[in-house]
Amino acid sequence: MHKYYKIDGKDFSIAGEASSDFKTVLKKLGTPAEIVRKVAIAMYEAEINTVIHGGGGECDAAIEKDKIVITFRDQGPGIADISLAMQEGYSTANDKIRELGFGAGMGLPNIQKYADDMSIETEVGKGTTVVLSINL
Amino acid sequence: MLLSEIKTILNAQVLTGEDDNVLENTNINTACGSDLMSDVLAYVKDQSLLLTGLINSQVIRTAEMMDIIAICFVRGKSPAEDVISLAKQKGVIILATDLPMYPACGRLYQKGLRGRSHAQIL
Repeated sequence: MHKYYKIDGKDFSIAGEASSDFKTVLKKLGTPAEIVRKVAIAMYEAEINTVIHGGGGECDAAIEKDKIVITFRDQGPGIADISLAMQEGYSTANDKIRELGFGAGMGLPNIQKYADDMSIETEVGKGTTVVLSINL
Repeated sequence: MLLSEIKTILNAQVLTGEDDNVLENTNINTACGSDLMSDVLAYVKDQSLLLTGLINSQVIRTAEMMDIIAICFVRGKSPAEDVISLAKQKGVIILATDLPMYPACGRLYQKGLRGRSHAQIL
């Protein structure tokens, strides 16, 4: 099974719609609650990142035989230093984003915590692709 | 702790319209006070109450992702109608109290509602 989502980069109030929809899909399919929760949190953090850092993009969410694989792609500024971005507390988010409760430098570390596997491909000036998977 | 007790302890209002019967049948195991949604996403357990001073739609989304049952807005803050609508749609109960964050958390803790004692996922 496969779902595709466009991620709007301009309207922060609807950020999370894709994660919300996919969580509903997983629950309807009878996926165990703990797996649903791990997917929802990791996907939501990645979706927020796509909105606030990537300026929007797209998401593919696939349910495979033994895992769930979610890919976020954006054509934003890219990540200059991935090891720095992975550090808890490091963030390049602006004050407006921080006022909304994000930009605390927890996004990527949280994704890594909840996903069983995560990979990042990024190029400065070109964009970023984050792939996360959760085992079933 | 029942949500009806929490409402009384915090002298809170219910913004999403649930009646006393619903509150009396909703049990809360733990609570968390935070204005940082990423911290909430990192540490909160389910069957929880979130106390926060943030009133935007991402608070509701965060609650939805974490299976948080109820949110209590502190410091007399009142969210916009679209935020309340989103909460109703997602089945998240919203309370609001005039108390600031620290006294609100303190009152609940004193009455026996605990939070997580250390960071641990799931």
